[in-house]
Amino acid sequence: MKLLVPVKRVVDYNVKVRVRSDGGGVETAGVKMSMNPFDEIAVEEAIRLKEKGLAEEIIAVSLGVAACAETLRTALAMGADRGILVETDAELQPLAVAKLLKAIVAKEEPKLVILGKQAIDDDMNATGQMLAALLGWPQGTFASRLLIEDGRALVTREVDGGLETVSLALPAIVTTDLRLNEPRYASLPNIMKARKKPIETLTPAALGVDPAPRLTVLKTTEPPRRQAGVRVGSVAELVDKLKNEAKVI
Amino acid sequence: MTALVLLEHDGRTIKQPARSAVAAARKLGEVHVLVAGEGIGAVAEAAAKLPGVAKVIAADAPAYAHGLAEPLADLLVALAPGYTHLLAAATASGKNVMPRVAALLDVQPISDISAVVDADTFVRPIYAGNALATVKSADAKKVITVRATGFDPVAADGGSAPIAPAPAISTPEISRFVSAELSKSERPELTAARIIISGGRGMQSGENFHLLDAIADKLHAAVGASRAAVDAGFVPNDYQVGQTGKIVAPELYVAVGISGAIQHLAGMKDSKVIVAINKDEEAPIFQVADYGLVADLFKALPELSLALENLS
Ligand SMILES: Cc1cc2nc3c(=O)[nH]c(=O)nc-3n(C[C@H](O)[C@H](O)[C@H](O)COP(=O)(O)OP(=O)(O)OC[C@H]3O[C@@H](n4cnc5c(N)ncnc54)[C@H](O)[C@@H]3O)c2cc1C
Ligand SMILES: Cc1cc2nc3c(=O)[nH]c(=O)nc-3n(C[C@H](O)[C@H](O)[C@H](O)COP(=O)(O)OP(=O)(O)OC[C@H]3O[C@@H](n4cnc5c(N)ncnc54)[C@H](O)[C@@H]3O)c2cc1C
Repeated sequence: MKLLVPVKRVVDYNVKVRVRSDGGGVETAGVKMSMNPFDEIAVEEAIRLKEKGLAEEIIAVSLGVAACAETLRTALAMGADRGILVETDAELQPLAVAKLLKAIVAKEEPKLVILGKQAIDDDMNATGQMLAALLGWPQGTFASRLLIEDGRALVTREVDGGLETVSLALPAIVTTDLRLNEPRYASLPNIMKARKKPIETLTPAALGVDPAPRLTVLKTTEPPRRQAGVRVGSVAELVDKLKNEAKVI
Repeated sequence: MTALVLLEHDGRTIKQPARSAVAAARKLGEVHVLVAGEGIGAVAEAAAKLPGVAKVIAADAPAYAHGLAEPLADLLVALAPGYTHLLAAATASGKNVMPRVAALLDVQPISDISAVVDADTFVRPIYAGNALATVKSADAKKVITVRATGFDPVAADGGSAPIAPAPAISTPEISRFVSAELSKSERPELTAARIIISGGRGMQSGENFHLLDAIADKLHAAVGASRAAVDAGFVPNDYQVGQTGKIVAPELYVAVGISGAIQHLAGMKDSKVIVAINKDEEAPIFQVADYGLVADLFKALPELSLALENLS
């Protein structure tokens, strides 16, 4: 079967983002960009399915500005077979991303789409569920274990009370949580090889999707900053402060 | 304007984050709530008592027994024509179901709102809470998940709403519930606790978490953890506090052996009082702590346990 893995280019998780002084979003100029960490987990999971002989081909897709090609190269260096870049300078919100991915699914007919559970920039946690809805497919979100057997996907999910396992008819959508696997680093030879792997470039128009955003950001502000408090010298002093000053115990 | 809130429950009681979602919905207009599950009579009765709720819709059917997203989303879509806003708490369950509903309605969901500005405009944290975006939706219907820490939950009692049955609808059986392994604990849930004590990589082992348990028992606190502690297998995944775990804002949050990475801070920095116990005086957690104690946790925790014992 074919696997489709959408990979998003985001501000690296180590970067402390700053709100632009004009309130028009966060500063992204000159900031280090990387593949969304949950998407690295998704690529890794796809590669493991291929290594087990359960999948023949892994297609990585990225949607956004031309530089998303770098994110695709990372996926290809990890082990994806080819890439699709849907290039646009427009702001893409999850509904538009899900519609574009639906059009790619129609073209490529994968049996499984593995996405990250959330992108660490916008923290929407929505795209996988929305793609599942548009396709009428079942969804296994926040996966910490994935098994393919008897034409179904057995997905163990991280839920608020612990873990839950669901069985999904294929084709299906899976979104990754942190404990699904530990993504590999691309080796130097694989990075070289990835340069020769094909990347196809498409546009929203070619896919027949209007990506116009439905949400307008009116302003972006800094959250109220917490003041650092005091150092206490001993456990006794701590307990005294909590009881008599903060009055929380 | 009427809002419908998908009310999360455990078959017996309504979850506290769901009561926060009702509080958010009350800022928008009349509030109806949907209780879905199997054998949910008692929960529907409890829902009818929530202050400000005008109607309870009860969907009692085997298809809803395990909260699977596929049938729940179809049910919400069937009910949607009567409402301007559809809401749920931004819990694992709400985040699973609501985006699916939104896509079926051709709506861009508004995830994890922390404030309501008006019927179309909401505030939501982005970039691990390092920025707050005020967003306005152009969709006719809004599909929203609510960050529980942004809204004080409505009381459990005070209302008396009528209960009506939900329409029967069918969903193709594309997903099946197989099993659940839920953590059993006598302690309050992380998202409802007044006090939380969390351990990080500094705890060194799962066994050492009993040092935190002893204190949690004395304070009626919940126990949480950093991602590093969960990844190392010290405690189960549902303990994780942070950007990609649970978002909490208790009266008192005690971070023990946690360095204070931005992803962890994103989940707890709105707590009223923060205490940090860490042996590294440079640890970033001290920058947000109201009270910082530079100490070896293996010495400090037994002392703290003893001091609390003497207090009571
Ligand atoms: C210049 C610019 C500025 C922006 N400013 C804002 C802003 O201020 N506020 C705001 O709300 N939004 C803004 N956006 C949009 C935002 O960054 C997200 O692209 C969008 O909201 C999607 O949300 P998400 O990625 O959090 O989705 P999620 O649902 O959290 O993503 C889950 C998964 O979906 C897949 N996925 C999502 N997007 C892509 C993609 N593009 N390519 C491949 N896979 C993908 C990945 O597998 C990902 O792990 C901006 C976008 C641009 C280009
Ligand atoms: C995509 C992504 C999502 C993430 N999501 C989350 C999330 O939701 N939640 C989260 O917590 N993290 C998250 N992280 C991980 C985060 O970046 C940090 O790695 C993690 O929070 C570190 O955990 P820690 O503080 O326990 O460990 P460390 O950073 O290793 O800190 C351990 C601390 O313990 C102290 N210590 C050690 N021994 C003792 C002792 N004997 N006495 C006292 N102090 C001691 C040390 O001084 C140190 O400060 C995420 C990361 C990524 C990439």
